[in-house]
Amino acid sequence: MCLGIPAQVKTISNEAAKLGIVEIAGVRREINLACVCKDAQSPTELVGCWVLVHVGFAMALIDEAEAELTLTLLNELGELQAETQGARL
Amino acid sequence: MSTISNTEEGLRYLDEFRDPALARQLLETLHDQCDRLSQQRQKPLQIMEVCGGHTHSIFRYGLHDLLPDSIELVHGPGCPVCVLPKGVIDDCLRIATAPDTILASFGDALRVPGAKKSLLQARAEGADVRVVYSPLDALNLARQHPDKTVVFFALGFETTLPATALALQQARASSVDNFLVYSNHITILATIRAILQSPDMRLDGFLGPGHACMIIGTEVFRFVPERFGIPFVVAGFEPLDILQSITMIVNQHLNRAPALENQYTRVVRDHGNAVALQAITEVFEVRESFEWRGLGAIDQSGLRLRAAYRAFDAEHCFDLGQQKIPDPSHCQCGEVLKGVLKPSQCKLYSNQCTPEQPQGALMVSSEGACAAYYNYGVPRDQCA
Amino acid sequence: MISVPEHITLSQGAGGRDMQRLLDDVIYQYLDPLSLQRDDAATFALNSLAQSGDRLAFTTDTYTVSPLRFRGGDIGALAVNGTVNDLACSGAIPRFLSLSLIIEEGFALEELRFYLQSLQQAAHSAEVTIVTGDTKVMPRGAIDGLVINTSGLGVIPSDRQPGIDRLKTGDTVIVSGFIGDHGTAILGARSDLQLDIDVTSDCKAITPLTELLFAHGGVRFVRDATRGGLAAVLNEIASSSQQGVRVRETAIPVRPAVRSTCELLGFDPLSLANEGTFVAVLAADTAGSALEELRRHPHGLHATAIGEITDRRPGKVELESAFGATRLLDMPRGELLPRIC
Repeated sequence: MCLGIPAQVKTISNEAAKLGIVEIAGVRREINLACVCKDAQSPTELVGCWVLVHVGFAMALIDEAEAELTLTLLNELGELQAETQGARL
Repeated sequence: MSTISNTEEGLRYLDEFRDPALARQLLETLHDQCDRLSQQRQKPLQIMEVCGGHTHSIFRYGLHDLLPDSIELVHGPGCPVCVLPKGVIDDCLRIATAPDTILASFGDALRVPGAKKSLLQARAEGADVRVVYSPLDALNLARQHPDKTVVFFALGFETTLPATALALQQARASSVDNFLVYSNHITILATIRAILQSPDMRLDGFLGPGHACMIIGTEVFRFVPERFGIPFVVAGFEPLDILQSITMIVNQHLNRAPALENQYTRVVRDHGNAVALQAITEVFEVRESFEWRGLGAIDQSGLRLRAAYRAFDAEHCFDLGQQKIPDPSHCQCGEVLKGVLKPSQCKLYSNQCTPEQPQGALMVSSEGACAAYYNYGVPRDQCA
Repeated sequence: MISVPEHITLSQGAGGRDMQRLLDDVIYQYLDPLSLQRDDAATFALNSLAQSGDRLAFTTDTYTVSPLRFRGGDIGALAVNGTVNDLACSGAIPRFLSLSLIIEEGFALEELRFYLQSLQQAAHSAEVTIVTGDTKVMPRGAIDGLVINTSGLGVIPSDRQPGIDRLKTGDTVIVSGFIGDHGTAILGARSDLQLDIDVTSDCKAITPLTELLFAHGGVRFVRDATRGGLAAVLNEIASSSQQGVRVRETAIPVRPAVRSTCELLGFDPLSLANEGTFVAVLAADTAGSALEELRRHPHGLHATAIGEITDRRPGKVELESAFGATRLLDMPRGELLPRIC
């Protein structure tokens, strides 16, 4: 359900309308950033951030630290598994 | 035989979560966990992946073949296209063939058959049906064609709702008076509740809808472990996300501690997206009941435009019957949706019901469980 | 002297003086005057053709693409390369093309000149000669701008016998380069999707590479992966030969921008069109050296082995995922429609 693709905000194309250009590996499109702009925040602060894109809208900011944490956890699980396997031999 | 790498550079936040070596290790962990679990219980764990996106990943990477036998995946109702009643397509056909009218739709809905034909067939016969990528593209169509009425066929779960809501807010703010929305938005929350209350349901865990939760948050699903004692893990859509989420569910069983957990923390927050939720609340209200293909009517599962947006509501401007057109009586989509049958065990699977000639809801969209089975070559279960 | 109007008119397709002026002042300007035979039919001396082979290959295709121009190509180049490539797959050395233009009333003359020039360049670099043709004008709205038909004639050297019936279990399946580039370039050129994509169409003649392959030997079968992409060709190979095809997904070369376009729109790179990339089935013992040779050519840098012919699932294409699981790859179905879910 609901294709959602991570993309990086490159430029703000229309600050008032909260529109920006995002890029994913050589593909760019203008999308609406309203859902990831808090009222006080200027959309220009989003340049460089990664967002999750669905039907032309950024629906969430991607939390880089959380992504790292998940990967670290996965790696640790993997190492643990390798150790248990080793212990069995 | 040498092969070259198929990437010059990766797709960030996607490729890291598709790493085959890590997946193999996770699978080994999962097999070990399941061995331990087998000392506690005989029956396999039935885990429902709620989203069509999960189903798609599971088949694309072949995860269903790699999981321990004691894990049975049940493919959930999370495909908004599959569960559209046929009558809705007929409503859209009526809109698309009205004079000076353009029907704008996501590509997903074009192949879905109505009582007599699909939107794709109607387009071939001259109806003005346009494929859009975003509700904003539909709004722009209305701006570009002031002499026509543009009706956006809005569908999707909580994930897609804010997009329609924001497009409507824009249309109202800039007084675009030739833009209408035919809302067939539905909520996955109500549906999961309905599945849990169904008497023939026997599930041992949920892979929760990652992208719907990025809007509505995780907390709204706390009742699943607390009232029903069933593990609920909000899951991302890449293979490592899915495998990790399954290990989290198995762990909860090992510890006999069903809980609400969030595996997809890089995208999903406890309380969702406040801006998006506010837009939804401003534009939409809950219908008392909405008819789902394959599941029947589910209370409070559909959304319609609020009175303030009446001028943009296609339901008030067109005579949309919502007439019921039942699926063939031998269709077993309902049983498949509830996990009672596997797609390959349905009587129609792959002989009378194929993606070219879908009989039931789940064969309609490529995200539907039956279509996924079919497309990835799962043979018909002869024992059924 | 009266000049040709800036936009094509119906009278220019009516066979009279206006049409003659369009031909003389515009279309013939882009064709080789020595080879263009203005009689009702082009004629060839059999003995000169017979010197390069013992069979003729004859093919036809009609080209329509929206938009007419895209990154890395246009309908003119497509109309030449597509037909040249069909000839090349049969083992033929492409020699002659016919050219039929079907033009919409009101089409800009400058545009027409652009496509004719592109066509001329493509014919020149593929070493084929346009020897006969036809021009028609259709009323405004009856077609989408410009439609081109080309037929092609080539000569097959006597030592080349490619054919689907020659496949053997264990043969190697190769692809000549990155897949999905053309389909992605078209998506990038479509205004409705508003995508700006760093991908150039692979639109080109495959003859430089197929000639290398045939000279090298061990070629069982060649097919360019046009509409329906790699998935369609592999399925055609499996169903026509009634052998199985097994392919490793990780071995298939796909550019990141093609992958990200597919992620965004819910497409499969394996179903996207190519216009200068082919699949070949080679005898296993010759495949390694054939690939080395292809990779020495600038068009073949990314040629790679992706799988083999098997006897496991006759008529089916098996795709091995990065995780070691196997799934069936089905024939793509109809029009690609962007998905949201």
